[in-house]
Amino acid sequence: MDRRSFIKAGAAAALAGISAPALSQSARQKVLRFVPYTDLTIFDPMWSTVDITRDYGYMIYDTLFGLDANFQPQPQLAEGLLWGDDGRSCTITLRSNITFHDGEPIRARDCVASLKRWSQAAPMGATLFALTDELVAVDDRTLRFRLKRPFPILPAVLGQLSAPVPLIMPERVAQTDVKTQITDRTGSGPFKFKADEFQLGNLAVFEKFQGYQPTPSTARGLTAGPKMVHFDRVEWRRIPDASTAAAALQTGDVDWIGGPTSETVELLAGFKDVDLPRLEDIPSMAMMRINALHAPFNNKKIRQALLPAIDQAEFCMSVAGTNPQNFATGSGFFPPGTALASDAGLDPLKGPRSIEKARQLLKEAGYSNERVRLLGAADSPASTTPLAQVAADMLGKLGLNLDIALLDNASVAQRRRSEEPIDKGGWSLSCWLFPGTWFVDPGTNIMLRGNGRNAWFGWPTIPKLEELRDAWLNSPSSDDRKRIAQEMQVVGMDELPAIPLGAIYRQTALKKYLVDRVPTATVFWNIRRG
Amino acid sequence: MLAYILKRILATIPVMLVVALTVFSLLFLAPGDPATMIAGDQASAADIERIRQSLGLDQPFLVQFGKWLWRLVHFDLGNSVFTGQPVTTLMAERVGPTVSVMLLTLLLSICIAVPLGVVAASKSGSWIDRAIMSVSVVGFSVPLFVVGYILAWTFSLKLQWLPPQGYTPLAEGLWPWLQRLILPAVTLGFVYIVLIARITRASMLEVLQQDYVRTARAKGLGPRSVLFLHALKNGAVPVITVIGIGFAALIGGTVVTETVFTIPGMGRLTVDAILRRDYPVIQGLVLVFSFVYVLVNLAVDLIYTLVDPRIRY
Repeated sequence: MDRRSFIKAGAAAALAGISAPALSQSARQKVLRFVPYTDLTIFDPMWSTVDITRDYGYMIYDTLFGLDANFQPQPQLAEGLLWGDDGRSCTITLRSNITFHDGEPIRARDCVASLKRWSQAAPMGATLFALTDELVAVDDRTLRFRLKRPFPILPAVLGQLSAPVPLIMPERVAQTDVKTQITDRTGSGPFKFKADEFQLGNLAVFEKFQGYQPTPSTARGLTAGPKMVHFDRVEWRRIPDASTAAAALQTGDVDWIGGPTSETVELLAGFKDVDLPRLEDIPSMAMMRINALHAPFNNKKIRQALLPAIDQAEFCMSVAGTNPQNFATGSGFFPPGTALASDAGLDPLKGPRSIEKARQLLKEAGYSNERVRLLGAADSPASTTPLAQVAADMLGKLGLNLDIALLDNASVAQRRRSEEPIDKGGWSLSCWLFPGTWFVDPGTNIMLRGNGRNAWFGWPTIPKLEELRDAWLNSPSSDDRKRIAQEMQVVGMDELPAIPLGAIYRQTALKKYLVDRVPTATVFWNIRRG
Repeated sequence: MLAYILKRILATIPVMLVVALTVFSLLFLAPGDPATMIAGDQASAADIERIRQSLGLDQPFLVQFGKWLWRLVHFDLGNSVFTGQPVTTLMAERVGPTVSVMLLTLLLSICIAVPLGVVAASKSGSWIDRAIMSVSVVGFSVPLFVVGYILAWTFSLKLQWLPPQGYTPLAEGLWPWLQRLILPAVTLGFVYIVLIARITRASMLEVLQQDYVRTARAKGLGPRSVLFLHALKNGAVPVITVIGIGFAALIGGTVVTETVFTIPGMGRLTVDAILRRDYPVIQGLVLVFSFVYVLVNLAVDLIYTLVDPRIRY
């Protein structure tokens, strides 16, 4: 064989290997390619409170109730409910012809088992079941709560957005011990999970569940209303590098980036075919958590001394950029725009900010150069890292004896569990960015708890907050609940289990041909190609 | 020769054990644990402890290490603590993309770097030599991820010749496979090309001073024959060595390249596992990488005998 023949043969062999792209244009139209902010690693929504597991839960499971735009519960798998016995009995009827992915009908006993398992994982579930004498399946389509006392927010609790969400699974799956992660992924929701195509850290595939029956309820909003699926297939493609994700969106490799960084948003703003709306109507809440166990912040006066130095705009801009559309200052413990948000108690965060005044207050409060450790993540550029950097700058200016511990996320998550004093590896302050859905009411608001060692890391003991929370849970009217929530915020701003740093409207990046997206984090019903 | 190979492979066992124990100890001592990552931000200390117990993370170090070692003896690397998938399955899914990138990188690097080095040596002191060496200095200085971004920006976003990211298996066709690998391979090969080119040049310069080269020229052989048939074979030993040594850099480089170009390979699996603290996956990957590295070194030693018959084992 001479050289020319060899090259010809080689070229022919190479061309023979060229095949058509994996997806034709028409097939690609029925596929939605989405870039999640992190890896999907946990498939048991009762095992983890991370957002992506909750989002996975909403893909493949449905709930008895959803919440509309006004946070009012609306029936999903339920057809309706009936209160009786002066509010101490709640009978829920299921819709007919609703089925699991395996074709089995969704029965009341599946719901009972699912709710019982959820109650072992979710704080609000535990609260509900502590008030429940009995939960039984009356027949295939009816389940009944017998309560110790009236609990009017029961339907809202069954529709809560905060993880773990009370998702409905088959009884055989829900009977799995909550200490064991479930492996059967038979769901009740609009999508089926394609376990055979799953690649850890790379790809998760969902396909439309043809047997799904959307609710006839006309109320719409967060998780309420008919869940219409317009794609045969949804692919979650993990692209860890922000620039690469942006490039993939520009070239049409993917259709939607869930949580782009603010730099990526700025980069994509110049592209005509990319839309950059708010990811969700409920903003994320930035908080400075204070460890109440040890000096100097076991002194309320020293906690309060920080307030004049807190500039919410600076914290917000570090995460969201300078566009004021993307953040809200003057926010407290409840997300702006939600039912319980108010100005109550927020005066110390308003008006001109003053480092000098804060210094003066620290002196008056008796701060005597105790070491202060700021714990923060160094590898979360889209959320907590910039918050920690702004906090470090501010605390430095206050003249505190500051020790900055910027670690990777996993280390921070473990280190925050330390209840030890600072010299034994403990911490004083840490900044967090929480999903706003966690904060919409006192039931799930982890920053407004005062139950000491059982509280979220920081362990504040504030009996008044616990009293008010109990009152809120048992309150019969929404006006009363609003008043109690305001009072809780006032107590929170006085006791300072945490300092609100502002609210951030995270943006999402998607191709303009995608329309009708539900502005509830990353859910995949109703969205379609325009 | 066979006895030598067997002896070398058996000698890897204690090395592997030391590696395993070291990595296990480091993971045990390192802050962060998978239970915390699994539980998420809303979980209470009790929730995290429940998960720790269910994963066996509450047991003493020696118990955990002993169990892992016992499984290893049975060729079981354990399961991911997150998804429960066997580590071997995870690695099997990822080995294809990584091997694809590495092979293409090696091929590209050798095909480009060796001729460059030979040309630079043969034109020593000329502008061609200086140009090649100057470019190689730049190549050494620019970080991998910067090269990756520049290439992606140029060839994907501006020229739109190649996709910016992702991986297509070879089973779906040669071109779909190749078009997603070209940029990662060139990126990863950048440093490798520079390294091999410089060593080739240095080695060739030394060989070209030898008497037998002068004799070959005196016999009237053409410059190509002298360079590629006589000089290159004798100058190849250091080049093969650097290819072997560079393999470790190549493994490290895949981590960056696979992240930048979203290649679902073992490099990315390693980074993800470390960030998540997925202990069994980290352990399995480190063991496999160590073993491969030992094997590559063995292969390099054996190739010496092919290019230089004076070397005997």
